[in-house]
Amino acid sequence: MIGHTGAPGWLWPLGGRGRRYRLLLGLLGVLHVSTLFAGFLAPADPATQNRDLPFAPPTRLHFVDPSGRLHLRPFVYGLARPSGDLEGYTEDRNRIYPVRFFVRGAPYRIAGLVDSDRHLFGTDGGTHLFLLGSDAYGRDQLSRFLYGAQISLFAGILGAGLSLGTGMLLGGVAGYYGAWVDETIMRVAELFLALPWMYLLFAVRMALPLRIEPAQAFLLVLAVIGLIGWARPARLIRGVVLSAKQQDYVVAARGLGASDTHLLRRHVLPQVLGIALTQAALLAPQYILAEVTLSFFGLGVGEPVPSWGNMLASLQRYDVLSSYWWMFVPGVALIPVFLLYYALADALHQRSAAFSR
Amino acid sequence: MPYLCWRLGHGLLVLIGVSALSFLLAGAAPGSFVDELKLDPRISPTTISALRDRYGLDQSLPEKYFHWLQSIARGELGFSVAYNSPVGPLLWPRARNTLLLAVPATALAWLIAVPVGTWTASRRGGWADRIAAGATTALLGVPDLLLGLGLLLLAVRTGSFPTGGMVSLGYAELGPSERIKDVISHFLLPVTALTLVTLPVLVRHVRASLLDVLHAPFIQAARAIGISERRLLFRHALRAAANPLISLLGLSVAGLLSASLVVETIMSWPGLGLLLLEAVVARDLHLVVGAVMCSTVLLIAGNLLADGLLYLADPRIRPEQA
Repeated sequence: MIGHTGAPGWLWPLGGRGRRYRLLLGLLGVLHVSTLFAGFLAPADPATQNRDLPFAPPTRLHFVDPSGRLHLRPFVYGLARPSGDLEGYTEDRNRIYPVRFFVRGAPYRIAGLVDSDRHLFGTDGGTHLFLLGSDAYGRDQLSRFLYGAQISLFAGILGAGLSLGTGMLLGGVAGYYGAWVDETIMRVAELFLALPWMYLLFAVRMALPLRIEPAQAFLLVLAVIGLIGWARPARLIRGVVLSAKQQDYVVAARGLGASDTHLLRRHVLPQVLGIALTQAALLAPQYILAEVTLSFFGLGVGEPVPSWGNMLASLQRYDVLSSYWWMFVPGVALIPVFLLYYALADALHQRSAAFSR
Repeated sequence: MPYLCWRLGHGLLVLIGVSALSFLLAGAAPGSFVDELKLDPRISPTTISALRDRYGLDQSLPEKYFHWLQSIARGELGFSVAYNSPVGPLLWPRARNTLLLAVPATALAWLIAVPVGTWTASRRGGWADRIAAGATTALLGVPDLLLGLGLLLLAVRTGSFPTGGMVSLGYAELGPSERIKDVISHFLLPVTALTLVTLPVLVRHVRASLLDVLHAPFIQAARAIGISERRLLFRHALRAAANPLISLLGLSVAGLLSASLVVETIMSWPGLGLLLLEAVVARDLHLVVGAVMCSTVLLIAGNLLADGLLYLADPRIRPEQA
């Protein structure tokens, strides 16, 4: 778990007090929504292999051609491999390929609805634009990274939503009805909390088939993640519900004959939401990491579907680890995403703390 | 002492619960170890059914659980089909190896976190505080997986650290002092990774709990009396701030074990985490349950240790809990 000290303003100096969470929510929202447009943003198809071009280094954008003329539009050279040299790639300076916006390329589908073959940028063909290099099969690392973000980032919020939903339901029921219901649910929660969560993650993963199709794998990983995480939010929510239940105005409303559902919806839920949101902001990065870890170890989303985890898996080979820095990109990208989430949790925490004062 | 006995009993109950839970989860797993063998045409169906019978794969879940409980009484903790041996003897050396990483990493992290946290708390808002805040925030954002890979890259590039495993190839021929040197050179990297993973949370907590105390009137009074700043911080404030930190020691065991699983696997350190991963891939039910149980035992032991320390450190806890 991430330690939450609640020390004011110590994570993120941006934005005014109290408003900061909106800025962060917006940033994260843009990040997540833009992954949905991976097909448009990515210059290539993530599964197309170029077996003759493994681990090609990132293609460099040029502005000045060999004759010294300045181009306003950036261009790239073709890739050349001197025969006999397996490692070295050079640029073929005989021809230039201008990089254009809105070029036609590999067909894709956005969010399962819109078909298109326009890409944000690319060349007119004839060469490969590997802005982040290529992987072992010569697939474009940038395109795979963008598509992989769909899986990895959404595993975070969907997983957090799933375990928060379960946690809120069970915690709410436990806190509201009390007695043996509370006792049972909390004892089971204790068991889930008694396990180190990585061990729990793997144990739950054991309960599901080992080899699965990539399409199902994502749902499966989500299910695993959601299952392991319900206990902590459930405990928190239970506490809030317990204290909310005893507040005078809630007792009064009950005395006036308000129904259980009315009490829960109008009086208890609003108090719970702030805490639930803070929890979500803390859970999401943990779950992103859970997907990445599972896929890294070959227990999550498998090839050919890219996820940040299975992209990192090639680093298990020492030669890849030491030679091709661009294979680290999905891992390094986790850092800003995590920091954004932590900053959001921090801001939300301060906000709800300010409210309760 | 009744307090500790009560805690111990509670831990035992949790263990029984966890075993039942993990059996339930793992028992729901489709496929078993022998399914892989079925694909091999050289193994006859009679052999398969004999194996199924021998490992009790066709028993119902309660039956399996009951037999497993019996084998605990024999100290075996079930039977690993992948290793063809009782689980118990497989677990102990692995748990020892995990502890070999976890204990020094915890000690190191606390040794760094307490002075740094105290110091930055006393200079709140100063440049040292800002630098430390930036560093812990940056470290917090680096996932254990990436940290492990990064350190491994360092090892591969510099060549001054071994890149994996626990011992070198010629370990058996080495003398005792060389053996220790060999193991230490292998364990430097994973311990560094684990320390860095736990450090930021600890520093932040130490700082926060010290800040809470530093505003207390008794600190003002002590300062007015003229007690030196260092003595004030480390003798008076730190002692008063100790309670939440001791609880944190117990809580941090869980995170440490989780991070250890990842680090062990990346650096192929033969610990509990690596064993669990192998067992999950091999569909080795009893080994999975055993490894999970073992991690729970370590976690509960960590919590008990923290409870014990808290009991010793703070007399106020005794009457209300006993």
